[in-house]
Amino acid sequence: MKLLILLVIILAIIAIVQLTKVYELSRGLRKSREEDISDADNTLNANLMMIWMFVFFAATIFLYVRYGDYLPESASAHGVNVDSLMSVNIWGITVAFFIVNFALFYVSWKYKYDKNRRAAYFLHSTKLEMIWTLIPGVSMAFIIIFGLMTWNEMTGPASTDAIQIEVYSEQFKWTARYPGDDKEFGLANYNLIDAEASNPLGIVTKEFVAAKIESIDGQIESSEKALSHAREEGTYPESFIEALEEKIYRLRRHKQRIMELDEHQAGNGKSEWTVGADDKIVKEIHLPVGREVEFIFRSQDVIHSAYMPHFRAQMNTVPGQPTRFKMTPTITTAEMRKKENNEKFDYILLCNKVCGAAHFNMVMNIVVESQEDYDKWLKEQKTFVAVEDKKADAPKDTTVVAVNAPTNH
Amino acid sequence: MGAHTEHAAHGHDHGHHHHEESWVSKYIFSMDHKMISKQFLITAIVMGVIAVMLSIFFRLQLGWPGEKFEILNTFLGDKWAPDGILDKNAYLALVTIHGTIMVFFVLTGGLSGTFANLLIPLQVGARDMASGFLNMLSYWAFFVSSVIMIGSLFVEGGAASGGWTVYPPLSALPQAMPGSGTGMTLWLISMVFFIASSLLGGLNYIVTIINLRTKGMSMTRLPLTMWALLVTAILGVLSFPVLVSAAVLLIMDRSFGTAFYLSDIYIQGEALDVSGGSPILFQHLFWFLGHPEVYIVLLPALGISSEIIATNSRKPIFGYKAMVGSILAIGFLSFIVWGHHMYVTGMNPFLGSVFVFTTLLIAIPSAVKAFNYITTLWQGNVRFTPAMLFSIGLVSTFVTGGLTGIILADSALDVNVHDTYFVVAHFHIVMGMSAIFGMFGGIYHWFPKMYGRMMNNKLGYVHFWLTMICGFGVFFPMHFVGMAGAPRRYYEYSNFDFLDHVMNLNPVISVFAIIGAAAQILFLFNFFYSIFYGQTAVQNPWASNTLEWTTPVKHIHGNWPGAIPEVHRWAYDYSNPAHDEDFVPQVVPPKPGEVIH
Repeated sequence: MKLLILLVIILAIIAIVQLTKVYELSRGLRKSREEDISDADNTLNANLMMIWMFVFFAATIFLYVRYGDYLPESASAHGVNVDSLMSVNIWGITVAFFIVNFALFYVSWKYKYDKNRRAAYFLHSTKLEMIWTLIPGVSMAFIIIFGLMTWNEMTGPASTDAIQIEVYSEQFKWTARYPGDDKEFGLANYNLIDAEASNPLGIVTKEFVAAKIESIDGQIESSEKALSHAREEGTYPESFIEALEEKIYRLRRHKQRIMELDEHQAGNGKSEWTVGADDKIVKEIHLPVGREVEFIFRSQDVIHSAYMPHFRAQMNTVPGQPTRFKMTPTITTAEMRKKENNEKFDYILLCNKVCGAAHFNMVMNIVVESQEDYDKWLKEQKTFVAVEDKKADAPKDTTVVAVNAPTNH
Repeated sequence: MGAHTEHAAHGHDHGHHHHEESWVSKYIFSMDHKMISKQFLITAIVMGVIAVMLSIFFRLQLGWPGEKFEILNTFLGDKWAPDGILDKNAYLALVTIHGTIMVFFVLTGGLSGTFANLLIPLQVGARDMASGFLNMLSYWAFFVSSVIMIGSLFVEGGAASGGWTVYPPLSALPQAMPGSGTGMTLWLISMVFFIASSLLGGLNYIVTIINLRTKGMSMTRLPLTMWALLVTAILGVLSFPVLVSAAVLLIMDRSFGTAFYLSDIYIQGEALDVSGGSPILFQHLFWFLGHPEVYIVLLPALGISSEIIATNSRKPIFGYKAMVGSILAIGFLSFIVWGHHMYVTGMNPFLGSVFVFTTLLIAIPSAVKAFNYITTLWQGNVRFTPAMLFSIGLVSTFVTGGLTGIILADSALDVNVHDTYFVVAHFHIVMGMSAIFGMFGGIYHWFPKMYGRMMNNKLGYVHFWLTMICGFGVFFPMHFVGMAGAPRRYYEYSNFDFLDHVMNLNPVISVFAIIGAAAQILFLFNFFYSIFYGQTAVQNPWASNTLEWTTPVKHIHGNWPGAIPEVHRWAYDYSNPAHDEDFVPQVVPPKPGEVIH
């Protein structure tokens, strides 16, 4: 390694010496001044302008031909419109790209310096300037109108019979939630999130509220014990005691935030805290083909972005602020596999907002299938409570909440 | 011109001190705008070299993921590149600091700092900046901020890693990633110094251009560099304070338990005691600066190229008034387009529509500028100095990169390419390459003014062509990588079958990046060697009209040995048929009967 560094340094020195020689030679030979650009130099650079232009254009055409079919055809209804809008725009800017770059390099080449010629004294032309204000002006008007038509269609309200799916992001994975037979999502609150107690999304049920409070109480109790022990002992450093006090404060605040949750009546007259019991938490999204789906995105920690390139869909997930995106998948996974001639093809949802070390590896599969397959799949998924019941130690006592809940109205 | 000695300048009474300067007051704590401009330039070059090196490190990883590179281990050590493979967190830190240095330190501090300082007093005909002292503070605040930013690379946990836009909560929570600890704190402190520098400089630039113009230098006779730098300074003064407030709120959230940007967060097994804040608020504040920032970077480059293209076409800039108008229009519009960075944040779609409209309007003044450049070249007498090559290159990058902006401005299309390599391609070409080309052009063009010597043309030519080819070689293919759906800021792409067909572009891009970076050695050599051994410059080497070329080659305090010259005409009287020479400096009085522009 050291040898390599030495080699690099030696090479660098040689390079500098050589550069110095080139430098001195190029100046000394002609005995001319740097600011007097020779005819040879002007011609060389003018010709290079044209050569560069042809190379640049050829490379551009190659890239279009070789990489132009950038994604498989859109697998969503709105995506078809997005794609045609994209094609129109790409064609437009490509034509402008060729024309303007050609004009630029061509005039640079054509009007290279000639000491016997004098440049035109051409100050301005209102007519010309009107032309190149109006051409982009009119083009932009078209682009804006067609762009906003597609945009409005994409972002309008979802139809009432759209399937709603909640998608949760966290460092570094995705989780989705489907409502149960009641077609309603139960409340979720970040204070109740507890992956170990199989409540990764913080769904609010009486049992979980009670369990969480009990668990926090337990932690407060043990921390207080440790604190009084540390104080009696007198040998622990001040920082240790402060950290414990801080921890107890945070636990108390956490408990208080849970106690401040209000239990409201849901539409069916039952408590809102029972609605979540039949929700289904899954690690893979399934969608029936041809049905509109509305995603509701939530984030638990930092901003992520739910990017589904095959559906031309993307929406950031923002902690504290649910976001929405609706779409109608039009091609099933099986059909797309056939079209792409790739047995392993899967639709995916990937993270497209930098979110930490494993940002590049935050993926969830999406399966688009027939309505029957979808119904069958959904039925097979366990409800939240069914998963929860496996945990035998989940306490059932809910009185703690009822007694202590403060009235903050 | 050799007759104008330093003593002559000091003999002239214009309020400057008369004692001989010490080395420290001449080279370190200088209040002379010309020296401050050189200080900015050298600092920016050092920062630029560092930023390019960082980009080569992460391009190695992107081009050949998982491959071992001894050089990474040599530079980054066992912690950030064990066995020569880049660490995932280190990758994000490199990307973040590369962006931060390039956008702020090279293309804002470096570009404006160098050329505003050098050119404003010289081109408007002033002895110095309105406040030499503030100007000195501006540089030293910039210097301190540069040192802190580089220092942040060496702290425990590494430098800030959440991208140069430092979106909270990622940047607000030290538990979210190692770079959000001390590194992020230093990033914010560095930016506060940077913004202070930028504001001190900006106020000075505005005041100098408005108040210290010499007799006859009306606003409509100002060179376009002055218009561009004036509007740039106004944008900076209006928008940077908003970034300060964003940064202060972020500091509060990070260190003092507030929740301006935080709400409902469960991270690392703990539900944080935060509610009611909005991460999106930060984005609004950030981009309210961030978008004008794009033009703070771009406008000086456009001003510089206007000057260079007119001078080297030996032809008046075409449509001077339209050029000024488009600078003003771009400056104004840049304040009402920031939301186009936020179409997919869940922002109200109607608000998105408004931003689509305002953003696409910018295409109009931009198109006017591009066409006016080309018409300036048309029927000109084009002299290919290295500066001219870079300016022509700038028009190409400005057009090529600007066109893809039309796609990104269109919210419906942005959804699928937002935060992909398409965006990376777009802004590197339209902002990165254009601005750096403007900066190179400016350096080659005004080097004789700065150092009294000439740079070598031959090396300049090779430098330009390699940079042009490699620049497009790096960024043009990225459009296709992005359209295929490759997100930016990914450590590697090997897990995604659907991207396989474009991933063979990545090694190609990396090779171009390495060659392009190596080509900059030619520039560095040419620059530093010419400072000491370059051909001695004459007073007006490019046969240019503007006032800076009436000052003596050897720098003196107060710029002109005698009285400040009076201006009689506009800056672009090239090939005026009423005169024999193909240029008529601004100080030449009108001939009898001549109609003066």
